[in-house]
Amino acid sequence: MSNTMKTVAIVGAVAAAMTAQVTTAQAAAKEKCYGISLAGANDCAAGPGTTCAGTSTVDYQGNAWTLVDAGTCTEIELPAMADGTPRQGSLEELDRDLPA
Amino acid sequence: MLDNSPRFDHLPAAPGVGYKPQHFDELRAEPGPVAWLEIHAENYMGDGGRPIAQLRALSEQFAVSVHGVGLSIGGEGPLDPAHLARLKHLVGWLQPASFSEHLAWSTHGAEFLNDLLPLPYTDETLARVADHIDQVQSTLGCQMLLENPSSYLAFAESTWSETDFLSELVRRTGCGLLLDVNNVFVSATNLGLSARDYIDAFPLHAVGEIHVGGHDEETDEHGTPLLIDSHGAPVVDPVWSLLEITLAKSGPRPILVEWDTDVPDWPTLRSEADRAAKALSPVR
Amino acid sequence: MIVTQTRFRGALLDPTQAVPEGLLDGADQPAGRRFAVYRNNVVVSLTEALQVAFPLVYKLLGAQTFARLAGIYVRAHPPSSPLMMHYGAALPGFLETFEPLAHLGYLADCARLDLALRAAYHAADAPALAPERLQCAPEALVGMSLALHPATRIVRSRWPLYDIWRLNNEADAPKPRAVAQDVLITRPEFDPSPHLLPEGGALWLESLASGQTFGAAHDTALAAVPDFDLAQALTLALQTSALTDDKTKDD
Repeated sequence: MSNTMKTVAIVGAVAAAMTAQVTTAQAAAKEKCYGISLAGANDCAAGPGTTCAGTSTVDYQGNAWTLVDAGTCTEIELPAMADGTPRQGSLEELDRDLPA
Repeated sequence: MLDNSPRFDHLPAAPGVGYKPQHFDELRAEPGPVAWLEIHAENYMGDGGRPIAQLRALSEQFAVSVHGVGLSIGGEGPLDPAHLARLKHLVGWLQPASFSEHLAWSTHGAEFLNDLLPLPYTDETLARVADHIDQVQSTLGCQMLLENPSSYLAFAESTWSETDFLSELVRRTGCGLLLDVNNVFVSATNLGLSARDYIDAFPLHAVGEIHVGGHDEETDEHGTPLLIDSHGAPVVDPVWSLLEITLAKSGPRPILVEWDTDVPDWPTLRSEADRAAKALSPVR
Repeated sequence: MIVTQTRFRGALLDPTQAVPEGLLDGADQPAGRRFAVYRNNVVVSLTEALQVAFPLVYKLLGAQTFARLAGIYVRAHPPSSPLMMHYGAALPGFLETFEPLAHLGYLADCARLDLALRAAYHAADAPALAPERLQCAPEALVGMSLALHPATRIVRSRWPLYDIWRLNNEADAPKPRAVAQDVLITRPEFDPSPHLLPEGGALWLESLASGQTFGAAHDTALAAVPDFDLAQALTLALQTSALTDDKTKDD
């Protein structure tokens, strides 16, 4: 692409983006808040005394450890693997190369 | 203001509450008897965003007390200069009515353990804590208040009582004290001591602020009561009584209600502040 | 018996170590379970800090699995700063080598997304770029430098990261598609939100952030993604306040 063509492409893209600002301003205004409340992570309270989080030794060997009460990761289904076997609770990594 | 007058008595002798972001709107609209707020310094050390904006807005309506939970004043190592600088920055722009920290340690080497860990009351600890308080007060350019801890155990090597230890720190450094009467009740129960005797021995002239809060009740392996300073429940009657006894001796002081876990709705927290106001009324 | 802080700390994080001698209850007996209060406080408070910091990872794993992961992580990577708002930065890397959860390959990127949202929440305030600033002569436009807003973050992923976030945050969200997704995090006022970036959009924004001009960043994106759609990427960046007005304004 020549420099002139590139400039034309940029000017066109900016014009299109400016038009889009006007037409979607309302949609952006209604966008839902992420709603996070991260302000209070430092505290001076003691943790619950009944839990034994600090006294248990942790065993993370083998399958017994994993996913004792699996959360939403079980809802994410695997695409079939190369050999056609589906695997619950996992998602096969995709091989698309990222741009450098 | 802390800037030119290095004193600890700029908080009103009235009820305050530990600020929780979920109360932002209701607290401002219906503060009830609440005249001041306390914030944990470390939660307002970000670069911007909602925490800083809320704090700026609140400081226009309420006196603010900055309560540090991360300085590790009792640490064996030196104070973290980066953290001191962050405190100086916060105190510089906010100009709070008070700055307080804990008689405890929480940093070891490069690690921050996020709990207020206990100290043996020895001459060596005394000298170290006094040096650290001097360093904080000269960095911030103001007097600081030091809070008595909740204790779950004692050190065999201790040679000072906690009250004598704190009195000596006041004498050496000119710091003030933050008297947490729930901590007194918790520690006395846990270590088989008398809370009344502790208050009688406490240097009340140096007290610039009082804390009350809720605790959990457990037992240890011998069946002995073990109270946990959870800040997750209403203040119990014996602690309110201890507060009244203290105020009768000390005169009116700023009283903070701490509620940090299982934080209730605003009317519930405000009713605790109402009770603090009631405790203050006979001594006004 | 003197209990140094080194000794105290050692027993604090390693429950297989004995409670240090020299710690007593009120009857001068060994402290026993009383020491466990401190052990609990450290692990519980750090676990709660991680739970606040990683809402997506928490939802994906569930409360119990998350707590077990946290119990291991907090001992392997205790905080290095008293600011809990920064704790957990090593979790994505930790998850990448954590065998029991290796079958959830997307988990580390989900942790990166959580970290980026938190960083955006606490980032400095700055004005968003006014779209009118782009209404100028073509040569000026091509040579213009634009800076990312201080709260803007980009998380590149080989997983459908945006879809996974939606599944966990929006009712009736579709199941994640089998595609790679780069995510843009912006904070127009106080609430950060994630947005799906078009292909090449991450590289374009990163090029702008590294100081390339508007024209050069476009070239960079085009070289990597021949059908890069500048209008689409710019529309998203303007709508979400991803850009700021003045990169020299740092005072």
